[in-house]
Amino acid sequence: MRHLLSAGDLTRDEAVLVLDTAAQMAATQAREIKKLPTLRGRTVVNLFFEDSTRTRISFETAAKRLSADVINFSAKGSSVSKGESLKDTALTLQAMGADAVVIRHHASGAPHTLAHAGWTHGAVVNAGDGMHQHPTQALLDAFTLRRHLVGDGGRADVTGRDLAGAHVAIVGDVLHSRVARSNVQLLHTLGARVTLVAPPTLVPVGAGTWTADVSYDLDETLATGPDAVMMLRVQRERMSSAGGGYFPSPLEYTRAYGLDGRRLAVLPEHAVVLHPGPMNRGLEISADAADSPRAVIVEQVANGVAVRMAVLYLLLAGGDQRPGADAEDMEARTGVRTDGTRVHA
Amino acid sequence: MSTTYLLRGVAPLGGDRTDVRVEDGVVTALGADATADGATVVDGDGLVLLPGLVDLHTHLREPGREDAETVASGTRAAAAGGFTAVHAMANTSPVQDTAGVVEQVWRLGRDAGWAEVRPVGAVTVGLAGERLAELQAMARSAAAVRVFSDDGKCVDDPVLMRRALEYVKAFDGVIAQHAQEPRLTEGAQMHEGVVSAELGLTGWPAVAEEAIIARDVLLAEHVGSRLHVCHLSTAGSVEIVRWAKARGIAVTAEVTPHHLVLTDESARGYDPRFKVNPPLRTAEDVEAVRAGLEDGTIDVVATDHAPHTREDKDCEWAAAAFGMTGLETALSVVQATMVDTGRLTWADVARVLSHTPAAIGRVAGQGRPVAVGEPANLTLVDPSARRTVVPERQATASVNSPFAGTELPGAVVATFLRGRPTVLDGVLVDAGAGVGA
Ligand SMILES: [Zn+2]
Repeated sequence: MRHLLSAGDLTRDEAVLVLDTAAQMAATQAREIKKLPTLRGRTVVNLFFEDSTRTRISFETAAKRLSADVINFSAKGSSVSKGESLKDTALTLQAMGADAVVIRHHASGAPHTLAHAGWTHGAVVNAGDGMHQHPTQALLDAFTLRRHLVGDGGRADVTGRDLAGAHVAIVGDVLHSRVARSNVQLLHTLGARVTLVAPPTLVPVGAGTWTADVSYDLDETLATGPDAVMMLRVQRERMSSAGGGYFPSPLEYTRAYGLDGRRLAVLPEHAVVLHPGPMNRGLEISADAADSPRAVIVEQVANGVAVRMAVLYLLLAGGDQRPGADAEDMEARTGVRTDGTRVHA
Repeated sequence: MSTTYLLRGVAPLGGDRTDVRVEDGVVTALGADATADGATVVDGDGLVLLPGLVDLHTHLREPGREDAETVASGTRAAAAGGFTAVHAMANTSPVQDTAGVVEQVWRLGRDAGWAEVRPVGAVTVGLAGERLAELQAMARSAAAVRVFSDDGKCVDDPVLMRRALEYVKAFDGVIAQHAQEPRLTEGAQMHEGVVSAELGLTGWPAVAEEAIIARDVLLAEHVGSRLHVCHLSTAGSVEIVRWAKARGIAVTAEVTPHHLVLTDESARGYDPRFKVNPPLRTAEDVEAVRAGLEDGTIDVVATDHAPHTREDKDCEWAAAAFGMTGLETALSVVQATMVDTGRLTWADVARVLSHTPAAIGRVAGQGRPVAVGEPANLTLVDPSARRTVVPERQATASVNSPFAGTELPGAVVATFLRGRPTVLDGVLVDAGAGVGA
């Protein structure tokens, strides 16, 4: 892996390697001293053209726990709004010696352009671009799903395992969602079956070729007993005429596509509920559902740090790391035993 | 400087070889009558002679965006591409919506001397789509405007479109519509389909083009006016125009070279060189426009040459400007997609790139047959040549060619504008440079 731009770029083995590496990282995070020396002297730039405190903090935490130097660059609020600035900013970061650029941008494809226009030599990590991709979100979702659906809530060793046979329903604004696009690709790669559930107005024309089924009926889909339900954020402004008029009212949306206590009760015993956050409580998810024991939403946040540590590690320190590379090699690189104990400080 | 040329052994419209004598701006003799007396001889053995190409859709950018193109640089590009006349689109700054501005552009073209410049007048004041510009004043000006278009914007108000279609009948004008329903294309970035869904770029549905064309052909029928459809790009649009023609409606249509060959798959790398309006469509649409051009449903190929500065293209897709250059690659793309595939003859090429666009634009003296007594607007093409496109070496001031690095067939060997070579031996010839004997 030279960059991480799209979940669709990952092979099954690469994706599993990220998850396995994340599991090792997560093990270190349960310790008192969380910091690893792995990326000492390397510089990670968080380049955020779009506000997202959660994602930025997650990447920042991940980089710092690997001992990298972190520079946060926020374009929001500055005069930067047009594309030329992406080029100039990238050239500046290149001059500053960025080893990795974590980029969040409102324009689909901006990370791709950054990685391929020759403006930076660093590894580019897509932290969300427009309506296109959010690959680390999909990886942390897959990590969370694997723990629960394959690993018995973290009690069993899931190293090397994928999500074969799992059925995941992704519900909500698929049209505008980079989370949905990334998850459809990654879940398929990992062997899971995906059903997209949304009003027809929020399913992209062209989604017929995706590796997912499409349903317009949430109750019908829940009745099939999915192993997980992933709720997507729905912006209230989408219902206005100026916002596209995608649905008549928030109330009607909630009635048809919101996850509440009643719908939660229909799910199989083992099923979990995910949400990438931030939630619109009362719109796509009720407080009952969000706070229920089946909701693994808070755990997703913690897993996000481990997954992003794994991604930064594999991009910056694991250049020759291959699936199947032995655990000793990993220990040497990370200073982490694969059983989770620390080798050295 | 010699004003007499003998084009030796050339094949007019790809037919039998002959000699063509050009004297004082006119074709004076063909065949055995064409002597070399006092003439500069151009060895045309194996070359195809076409009437000078006429582009119905060119953005020259002057006045206003001289950093992207000027009338001089754009018409040099035209000459290099084999064109002897271009229609300069109205979206300049200030807009070509008054007699004063169209006359200015027309004069800049005349003074530059590379190709005849026919300004297109804006349909509405400032391209704002609110009220008609003074179309009659532009028509009666020295620029003698006959084609009116708000290109880049669609005249979407049906009443305004009706009035425009009716009004230009007084001076034999035509409305050239950029068919794009604005509400259906808000924020649109590329063709809506499988690729846009995956790339997360807001889609541009085919119906946004087709709905306007359907409405406009019916309006044209109702008021008995002629209508020209700019750069149609979808299979559905071809079907509608085919239906309208069968019904006897006075509609003509154009397709761009890029819509004859490129598809929305090109967007996958997010390279803004492939961002264009209308967007690149699917392979099925490409086949449909080729078929439409072959059977005459589509009347002309027009370049929609749209130069842009580097900063307008050297950025992420959403921030980039729409458009691509085309004057210097158009003929080669038509050869590759239509001639080399056996779908058009060179006589057909003369029809779609010269005769018919000149007729639609009412350009006297252009698009004429290669015959004694006709004005010597001529293009000499070597179909056997192969060349790789290097935008930095083109005459246009901009480098946003979608064909950069692509090998294309065919090369323009010579272009004659009213008997004066603007291109000779494949090289641009400055006026007064003293060519030949
Ligand atoms: Zn146009």
